[in-house]
Amino acid sequence: MVSALGRKLGRDLWRLRAQVLTIALVVACGVASLFSMRSAYDSVRGERDRWYGSARFPEVFASVRRAPRSLASRIASLPGVSLAEARIVEEVTLDMPGMAEPVGAHAVSLPPGRRALLGEVFLREGRLPASGRSDEVLVHEAFARAWALRPGDALVAVLHGRRQRFRVSGVALAPEFVSVMQPGALVPDDRRYGVLWVPEDALAAAFQMEGAFNDVGVRLDRGAREAAVIAALDALLAPYGTTGAYGRSRHPSARMVDQKLTQLRGQATVTPMMFLGVAALLVNMVLARLLGLEREQIATLKALGYGDGAILRHYLAHALLTAVLGAALGVALGTVAGRGLVALYKDYFRFPALTFRPSAETLAYGVLASVGAAVAGAFGAVRAAVRVPPAEAMRPEPPPRFRPSWLERMGVHRMLPTVARMVLRELERRPGRAALSALGIAFAAAIIVAGRSSLDSLDVVLAVQFGRAQSDDVTVSFARPVAQRARFDVARLPGVLFAEPQRMAGVRLRHGVRVRDAAILGVPAGAVLRAVVDARSVRWEPPAEGLLLGRALGDRLGVRPGDTVTVEDVEGATAPREVAVAGLVDDLLGLNAYMRLDALDRLRGDGGRVTAVAVRLDPALAERFLARVKRLPGVASTSRRMAVIDFFRHETSRMSATLTLVLAAFAGIIAVGVVYNNARIALAVRSRELATLRVLGFTEAEVATVLFGEQAVVLALAIPVGLALGKGLAWMVFQGVDAELYRLPVVVSTATYGLAAGTVLAASVASAWVVRRRIGALDMVAVLKARD
Amino acid sequence: MSDAGVIAKVPVLDVRGLTRRYLLGDVAIDALRGVDLALAEGEFVVLLGPSGSGKSTLLNIVGGLDAPDGGEVRYRGAPLDFDDARALTAYRRDHVGFVFQFYNLMPSLTARENVALVTDIAEDPMEPEEALALVGLGARLDHFPSQLSGGEQQRVAIARAVARRPDVLLCDEPTGALDCATGRVVLDVLARVNRELGSTTAVITHNAVIAGMADRVIRFVDGRVVGDARNEVPVPVSELRW
Repeated sequence: MVSALGRKLGRDLWRLRAQVLTIALVVACGVASLFSMRSAYDSVRGERDRWYGSARFPEVFASVRRAPRSLASRIASLPGVSLAEARIVEEVTLDMPGMAEPVGAHAVSLPPGRRALLGEVFLREGRLPASGRSDEVLVHEAFARAWALRPGDALVAVLHGRRQRFRVSGVALAPEFVSVMQPGALVPDDRRYGVLWVPEDALAAAFQMEGAFNDVGVRLDRGAREAAVIAALDALLAPYGTTGAYGRSRHPSARMVDQKLTQLRGQATVTPMMFLGVAALLVNMVLARLLGLEREQIATLKALGYGDGAILRHYLAHALLTAVLGAALGVALGTVAGRGLVALYKDYFRFPALTFRPSAETLAYGVLASVGAAVAGAFGAVRAAVRVPPAEAMRPEPPPRFRPSWLERMGVHRMLPTVARMVLRELERRPGRAALSALGIAFAAAIIVAGRSSLDSLDVVLAVQFGRAQSDDVTVSFARPVAQRARFDVARLPGVLFAEPQRMAGVRLRHGVRVRDAAILGVPAGAVLRAVVDARSVRWEPPAEGLLLGRALGDRLGVRPGDTVTVEDVEGATAPREVAVAGLVDDLLGLNAYMRLDALDRLRGDGGRVTAVAVRLDPALAERFLARVKRLPGVASTSRRMAVIDFFRHETSRMSATLTLVLAAFAGIIAVGVVYNNARIALAVRSRELATLRVLGFTEAEVATVLFGEQAVVLALAIPVGLALGKGLAWMVFQGVDAELYRLPVVVSTATYGLAAGTVLAASVASAWVVRRRIGALDMVAVLKARD
Repeated sequence: MSDAGVIAKVPVLDVRGLTRRYLLGDVAIDALRGVDLALAEGEFVVLLGPSGSGKSTLLNIVGGLDAPDGGEVRYRGAPLDFDDARALTAYRRDHVGFVFQFYNLMPSLTARENVALVTDIAEDPMEPEEALALVGLGARLDHFPSQLSGGEQQRVAIARAVARRPDVLLCDEPTGALDCATGRVVLDVLARVNRELGSTTAVITHNAVIAGMADRVIRFVDGRVVGDARNEVPVPVSELRW
């Protein structure tokens, strides 16, 4: 049996259904974003932890130039180390059919006749290379998918300059390659870079590494200190040319995964908070208005003997039911969005079994958050109304008091038409409500700006990095430093118009007690194809002597221009040298230092080496050039600048369309929620005034001006605030980005600003238009007869 | 009051066979059951009758706020088209002034601005100050409604109604919410406006005392006109008592 108050509740909600629905939609967005992002976070994190554990993903990693196998057992017996796996890793190239340039691949050795102790591969398809078959390989799933490779397919690889034919025995995954990215790439490109597992004897034979290893992973004892193990490992490996041991936090793949998780966790907090904040505001506005209209009913209920608690519960139930409706919609929407999000991550993160796994806890959290927002919004309004004594509530509310607005007190009023003064005074009488409405609408615009700015920023990074800093057609990188004549070998290939050498040197920089591993890029004086360029596209010329440091690196070392840093050769080939820092460059990617090529050669004292050659090509001969590069010994990878740009554009535009649609829907729902509810409330509260204007001979359009003038002013204030707020949010989001990986400049394009302002404006105008039609239905006779 | 002998040939408002039925739930109420009526140029008419007798309904229809179910309203010979909302708006805007029982002022506007609301959209209106002086509020120009007494608010409403120099001034219980003394002040203002501007003035009341000041008294009962009498000697407002 439904109580009388229960029936009233049902009818009230039905009567206010349009408003209930718009608020429930805002709640739904909040719950959906919370539910989908938190669930995606839990799913990725859960799968990561599960797999890292079951596959025994190492905790400390180190590379050496070459160390004897016998050293592996000494590493395993270091204090704190429970297991060590030594292996060979090399950069190789693949000759893929239909692709002009060689494709880069990271080749990892598979131990003979046993399973890997650490970082065991997960076989998706096929089997491990058969024992004794050194011509069988495993390929990583990402690469296999991109090239449609299946077990049994043939593969041609160039190992250390020698073409070798392999057969794919299986498709696999590994915890160290959850994210597969070519060093220096902005986004993963699975067609141009992949991972290959090659039987150890085959890899060792090709690279003359028999009885040796160049890569080691270590699993720690429970409770062991990572830093201590790293130090011990560094000491042990020092004679073999180590680039320095590091933990998972610096492992390229693990770091990308962690980075994404951090970002997701931030978004899973901020986005729902914005929606639920707006929802609380809307609940407050709508309930305050309903209570205003029902003063006499509340008084009557009290007179009939209903207690404050019963009335409080009755009105809180309005808010709660709205919230529950929103939460239900939100969970449904969030399940769809969460699945989509996880599907998206599957393209970037390769786990054996990444599925969308929402937990009951997240569900409870989402429902609680929506209920919390509703109660927070409702409580103040309801309590104030319930507190009014019955006798007082029976009387109509006293007429609102107005005064000239501050603009008018400043003497501007003579210029304002009467209707404008009404609008201004309404605004000034309730400045708090106007400000909150503006803030709500500002959130709508901000969501679009903040969401799309990451794409805008990537565009700038692309333009700076691949438009200004690089202007080569192709850059050929070698697996290890080669003699300078390699430059001429490349220059002599068909189609080369101009060739420019580069040298990348792994170094350890020391300034006082601070140490960082970084790469020094050496470019010739007056380099044409690879310049040092900062975020503002300003070109920097490395000095004849000394270093330019990327600001991210300089800041981490506490270095200022004019200071001196100690440059250590990580491979230990040359003695440490003091080098002056000539300047700090605001570069965008990684931790880098820059030198003139000749200065770097002198620093190394090895008579000059190159690690890459950038070339400008005759387009007609590009195919022939690339075909020849495929056979060049020692080539680790070939990167075509335009292909990188095209691929990047393609990837981002795919994401951009979906993202923009979702953001616009989010923003539209908020803007509609705020503007529609404000307008409906204004129409209800001011129906008498508006009807009077109609009686006085004002046209519907003129009355609409009075009704929507306030909304227009709020909107006009909200949009610029929202755009600025969005940029601020983008800045906050970028603070969460791992600055050692890349530093996104906070950029918002005109198109993004336009989209944000346009979406909010369109949603507001549409909401106003729906309410506008009700002006014609104002009952002039009825409202004039009745007192307020 | 205007001279009863100077009645123009064409009435300002001419009502023929007007009917209006309301549905109140399942019950039909005939608010007007065939009303014929003509208001002449410059007349001061009191429509007298108990509540529910149909006088407000008539006023709303001749003022262009409501549409009849049957019959016709002619303004200066031309029929009002009740299906044309724009034409009705224009009619109200250009020819009619309304005064209500509960004033219906904009709380966010001062006295002067409430009048300006109308003068902004009217052709050849008075200055708001002039209209407020006419109702004796020349000294309260910049007060907001919340700072004015009921009688003062009603006088602002009258100033607002007359500032556009309406041909017809329609007043629905203008003293209904006021005490006797204040009510007399308001009625005095209405009489003055009628005299000085020549607006045809119709005042609705259920207070028979007020009928004494009119040129003509029309009595309503149950949606019909039951009496239409000319006051040969109207009583001065100052002598009205209730």
